[in-house]
Amino acid sequence: MKTGRFGSFGGQYIPETLMNEIHALEAAYNRYKEDPDFNGELNALLRDYAGRPSLLYYAEKMTRALGGAKIYLKREDLNHTGSHKINNVLGQALLAKRMGKTRVIAETGAGQHGVATATAAALLDLECEIFMGREDTERQALNVYRMELLGARVNPVVSGTMTLKDAVNETMREWVSRTHDTHYVLGSVMGPHPFPTIVGDFQSVISREAREQILARESKLPAAVLACVGGGSNAIGIFRHFVRDPSVRLIGCEAAGRGIETGRHAATIAKGEIGVFHGMKSYFCQDDQGQIAPVYSISAGLDYPGIGPEHAHLYATGRAEYVPVTDDEAVDAFEFLAHTEGIICAIESAHAVACVRTLAPQLPKDESVILCLSGRGDKDVAAIARYRGVNVHE
Amino acid sequence: MCMSKIANAFQNGAAFIGFVTGGDPSLAKSEEIILAMVRGGADLIEIGIPFSDPIAEGSVIQAANLRALAAGATVDGIFAMVRCLREKTQTPIVFLTYLNPVHHYGYEAFFARCEETGVDGIILPDLPFEEQEELRGITAVHGVDLISLIAPTSAQRIARIAAQARGFLYLVSSMGVTGVRSEITTDLSAMLALVREAARLPAAVGFGIHSLAQAKEIARIADGVIVGSAIVKLVAQYGDDAAEAVEDYVRRMKAAMTQNE
Repeated sequence: MKTGRFGSFGGQYIPETLMNEIHALEAAYNRYKEDPDFNGELNALLRDYAGRPSLLYYAEKMTRALGGAKIYLKREDLNHTGSHKINNVLGQALLAKRMGKTRVIAETGAGQHGVATATAAALLDLECEIFMGREDTERQALNVYRMELLGARVNPVVSGTMTLKDAVNETMREWVSRTHDTHYVLGSVMGPHPFPTIVGDFQSVISREAREQILARESKLPAAVLACVGGGSNAIGIFRHFVRDPSVRLIGCEAAGRGIETGRHAATIAKGEIGVFHGMKSYFCQDDQGQIAPVYSISAGLDYPGIGPEHAHLYATGRAEYVPVTDDEAVDAFEFLAHTEGIICAIESAHAVACVRTLAPQLPKDESVILCLSGRGDKDVAAIARYRGVNVHE
Repeated sequence: MCMSKIANAFQNGAAFIGFVTGGDPSLAKSEEIILAMVRGGADLIEIGIPFSDPIAEGSVIQAANLRALAAGATVDGIFAMVRCLREKTQTPIVFLTYLNPVHHYGYEAFFARCEETGVDGIILPDLPFEEQEELRGITAVHGVDLISLIAPTSAQRIARIAAQARGFLYLVSSMGVTGVRSEITTDLSAMLALVREAARLPAAVGFGIHSLAQAKEIARIADGVIVGSAIVKLVAQYGDDAAEAVEDYVRRMKAAMTQNE
């Protein structure tokens, strides 16, 4: 396998202007990933600031309601800033400091990654600029204000479809213009090598903990682990330490929007084709001319036309399965989890909850499944109310 | 190895290399604009195959990509345009596009069509040296030069890039994306000196060049001047009637460049 590849996926398909910087990043990461001081500092932040380890919670009422395998929730929603994004951001921000950078930039869809980046920047005294599609700044207005409170500048992106893909384009363009003092804190397991590896490694803390936690509780491995997938960082986080356990099914839940046959979805594995975009070879939703297709999901965080190369490889080799989940199913699951467990989860994570509702009843009661509850749902409450025709003022 | 047709563009002093996005405002008008550039004295034509997400482009060429796609430009439509152009001009033509449309078309089919219609080279801003191996063989088989870019940040990479380069070397004048710049702050002479040490191929400079004074100055030190956004701006401004304005602009730029001699 070539460096920076997952099978034939991945690579470094970016402008020449960035290559020097990307090599410097790779060298810095390889130097610090085994460095005791670096890891000591990161682990202290993850523990004392982000609140790790996150809980593995046995959702007993949900298990009873579904009548099958025991359901465990990996509570990434309880992390500081309310999602798994902080795991990666703290790692990259520390790396940026070690590289002598004074400024970080990042894309954001739902705003979770932007908020996490702005948070780490505030804590670590880095200047911070966030790029967010204008449509998303309107869908997630509170998160925009949150980032500004944290001292970040939020740039609404008005090019293309004005969503996550365009925010990535614009952050790349900004980075090409200014690398000497700036690190691009990429938010998912995507982009050019070494980003998919770096982000995946920093997120793998999720399954490192979850594997130990489930073995302590159940004395055996789970039958399946599930997570929602946009770019796929919480999914790689929860999959990574189970990949070599062939009995554990790995299930990614992608956004089917209004339905995969409607053309209004972001179901990259179900409907995409292999291509090259945003620095990587992977699967992408595209049209018959190889133009990147506009995608749609109720969830701004899953509204992305591609998927990280590690997922492409897990899919192509049959190690992981990817299941499309519609807006309707996700909203039902969002409400179901709120009623049964008293947990309001992110609409992104609700896509995985929907999968569990189908899967758990098919499995015996002495088996277990782990669902990565990647984020909390405060940011989505108003949108869900609107979806149900309730007029809520934020 | 026979000399590529692209070398012809650099036979008569510094070359003027003009860019337009294929299909902006329409394929028929693109053809007219390209012929106008040739009449104005362009030595090499760069045709952009539009892409939905051109990450190396500034706002001017981004907008041209979207206009062309909205007007229905397709890869096959652009090949058909090149075929028509080839009945009227032998000026070397290169494509500029992103890897995904080429990958989607199929590498073999795409470069076979290039050979058949008379496309002499291709510039892919998202295919750096490290990934070029993917296309090196197939472009060579079809006689299409895979053109390499060199950026202000390339210093230690120049020798490796130059060793594999074909056609000409595309020197990116500045950090950032394409677009008109009032000032180019990179030390181009130093960059060119490194390139000349490493390669015999002609070296042309692009990104940000729009004025007669810039063209004149760069023509003194480089083998070619690449102008994109300034021409695309004229196309945006004059639309269907852009050919005359573009011809006039190219003629003035080329004249400024030859004043050095």
